[in-house]
Amino acid sequence: MDMPRPNPDVLARKQTVLSRLLQVLPEDAVIHDPMETRAYECDALTAYRCPPMLVVLPSTTQEVSDILRICHAEGVPVVPRGSGTSLAGGALPTADCVILGVARMNEVLETDYDNRFIRVQTGRTNLSVTGAVEEEDFFYAPDPSSQLACAIAGNIAMNSGGAHCLKYGVTTNNLMGVTMVMMDGSAVEIGGAHLDAGGLDLLGVICGSEGQLGVVTEATLRILRKPEGARPVLMGFDDNEVAGHCVSDIIKSGILPVAIEFMDTLCIRACENFAHAGYPDCAALLIVEVEGSDAEIDYQLSKIIEIAKRHNPVELRESQSAEESAKIWLGRKSAFGAMGQMNDYMCLDGTIPVSSLPEVLRRIGEMSQEYGLPVGNVFHAGDGNMHPLILFDANKPGDLEKCEAFGAEILKLCVDVGGCLTGEHGVGIEKRDLMSHQYAPQDLEAQMAVKDVFDPCWLLNPAKVFPLDVSAARRTAAA
Amino acid sequence: MKRMKPETEGELAEVVAGLSGPVRIVGGGTRDVTGSEPILNTAGLSGITLYEPGALTLVAQAGTPVAEIEAALEAEGQQLAFEPMDHRGLMGTSGEPTIGGVVAANISGPRRIQAGACRDFLLGVRYVDGCGQIVKNGGRVMKNVTGYDLVKLMAGSWGTLGVLSQVSLKVLPKPEATLTLAVHVQNAKTAIQALSVALSSPFEVSAAAYDPQYSSALLRLEGFADSVTYRETRLRSELANFGEFTEVQDPVSQWRSIRDVSAFQGSDGDVWRISVKPSDASEIATRAEAEKTIFDWGGGLVWALVPKGTDLRKRLRAFQGHATLVRADTDTVRTLGRFQPESVGVAALTRGLRQKFDPRGIFNPDLMG
Repeated sequence: MDMPRPNPDVLARKQTVLSRLLQVLPEDAVIHDPMETRAYECDALTAYRCPPMLVVLPSTTQEVSDILRICHAEGVPVVPRGSGTSLAGGALPTADCVILGVARMNEVLETDYDNRFIRVQTGRTNLSVTGAVEEEDFFYAPDPSSQLACAIAGNIAMNSGGAHCLKYGVTTNNLMGVTMVMMDGSAVEIGGAHLDAGGLDLLGVICGSEGQLGVVTEATLRILRKPEGARPVLMGFDDNEVAGHCVSDIIKSGILPVAIEFMDTLCIRACENFAHAGYPDCAALLIVEVEGSDAEIDYQLSKIIEIAKRHNPVELRESQSAEESAKIWLGRKSAFGAMGQMNDYMCLDGTIPVSSLPEVLRRIGEMSQEYGLPVGNVFHAGDGNMHPLILFDANKPGDLEKCEAFGAEILKLCVDVGGCLTGEHGVGIEKRDLMSHQYAPQDLEAQMAVKDVFDPCWLLNPAKVFPLDVSAARRTAAA
Repeated sequence: MKRMKPETEGELAEVVAGLSGPVRIVGGGTRDVTGSEPILNTAGLSGITLYEPGALTLVAQAGTPVAEIEAALEAEGQQLAFEPMDHRGLMGTSGEPTIGGVVAANISGPRRIQAGACRDFLLGVRYVDGCGQIVKNGGRVMKNVTGYDLVKLMAGSWGTLGVLSQVSLKVLPKPEATLTLAVHVQNAKTAIQALSVALSSPFEVSAAAYDPQYSSALLRLEGFADSVTYRETRLRSELANFGEFTEVQDPVSQWRSIRDVSAFQGSDGDVWRISVKPSDASEIATRAEAEKTIFDWGGGLVWALVPKGTDLRKRLRAFQGHATLVRADTDTVRTLGRFQPESVGVAALTRGLRQKFDPRGIFNPDLMG
């Protein structure tokens, strides 16, 4: 993975930058000892590491503004960081950068049930947003599997999704407003407790911009009343493709489940060992969840089961209790961790039209044979968001490279069947160089033009999203 | 100059590249984009290019009539869940609304509060920028975070960043049953409280409006028949304090009338559309001193009819939200501006984006920002 060479001029001014930052921040909010900055050398894409020059941990929007003003004046790149759970290397530092971590900014600023929103500082974790409104039976809908740890800041940067997005949408559909600090230190307010932008939909382009347009410090999020109940059904099939057809048929039928999750044998076994959810041992497992009152759930599940039966399932089991449902979901949400216990893995995130599921699953199986690397599949089948997990051994020379080549081929396949490189994890550094497979030069040019407007010096989260050769001219001109 | 009604994306790109001055971009011409510039018409770019009911996706050229799309969806028991408004009655226009126009203006109807806005259903776009280059963003899959989301940026940009040539949309199944409940209330404040209680319930209200003309608060439930009946019973009991609810006999035309602001049709005066925090809506309506109002989106959307030339933003003073001048004569639009003035920081970003996407300033100049 190529990263731009650190700017020697910036490295030489580390002390100046440090002392300026210490003028606006408490001492314990600045980390400069190389032993300590090492803790920030990577995110959840651990294959790539680089300790940053400095780390700052502000507590207020004002402090963020002061930090960015100084870094802007000093020409220092800034890498914003939520909780560091990015699977795409979205928070990977450069050696000459300041990591701006928002973890200390975790306050709830306003809760408004009548108007159904909550305003939080963005260092707050995803799950603790729901935690703040749970007493009143409300929740925040987007639920990435890392929701216990991941920060709203990172969710906004990556436009994170989750298992229940089929019904509730992803971050961008639940984000109503932001306070964002621009690279020059000025702050803008966009959106708020009202719906839809008056002018251009800036909120829409900020969400998912991977921290390259500004640092979002506060967010207004839509909260929803919890459904009366929810219940999953487990369906086992002896063939991946049959499971894929079953997903298509459910969607076509007019029922919209809140989630349709898919796992293949490798993942089923790993998750079962971990969560003891009673998953059947078979080729493909679907977890289909519906919501409502008991009677509504019964009705919807009966229709879904009727469809499933047409595909000769080897197992069909409704959850019988809240405990059982919790176990079923624990297994699914622990999938990445459970696979990680088997070997190193690379997790992909390509999205495809639901109708292409059977074909793509078959091709991945064939490629797995060709490359000699096992693949586990666990993903959000309802919206075609795949998560192939390629297992490899990081200590075996050449295995990582082989795995990356395999991964790239899967992602290109996703694009070629009408899908995209990433459905919810983001591009980061991981898929940066594949962007040219999905987008023509003028398409990337249009996206980079947005960056030019928000961050003319290209200092925010450098070397992510765009292929290095494509962004080279801009980065050089700005430096 | 080439004919200003291209029939292919390639022709559109050629036409734009060859422009020597500003144009107004028009689809069906049903939403007023006041101006004296020559018209670039996109209605020639017409036709559904892909429709996969099993994947809930539809791709169409920008000039495709909304009616054609709705008919195709209807045949498969599906719909555009964001329920786009038809502006013809309100604006006194007679063209054929196009999907490109709907997307360019991010037009959403009553179901916006539950299902989301037009922009939330927009999966991908193709457009021609101010230099005549064809650009694509997004695609036709449900989840896509590959690069910056220019799809959202194009929705609601009123053609100022580019001329849409193709859009792909997520569609949804049509509900099996629909039921609308109405209750007589004293005033807007009480009405919005009732709507808020309903929207904060777990019973999935798909539309919530208040029509002061009939002092009527309206709630819509959709879904499987038994489920609708169950939720109706539960809602009636949760909202018992607000009075006796009756079932509206023709819910389809009731919501079409709210969606299209029928109450203002045929009346003289300027029409404003105000997006506001729902609990502020009744205060905002009071400040507006309007001749007529309609409240949709649980109070979050206020339509106001005021005498011609009224500077409504002056009456509203500072508030959280924005007011858009939807219908007025050219002079009033020129004086007051179509859109709410932006803060210095946001205005600079808007200007910067327009400059990058349309460096010659030829698309709908002066319409936004």
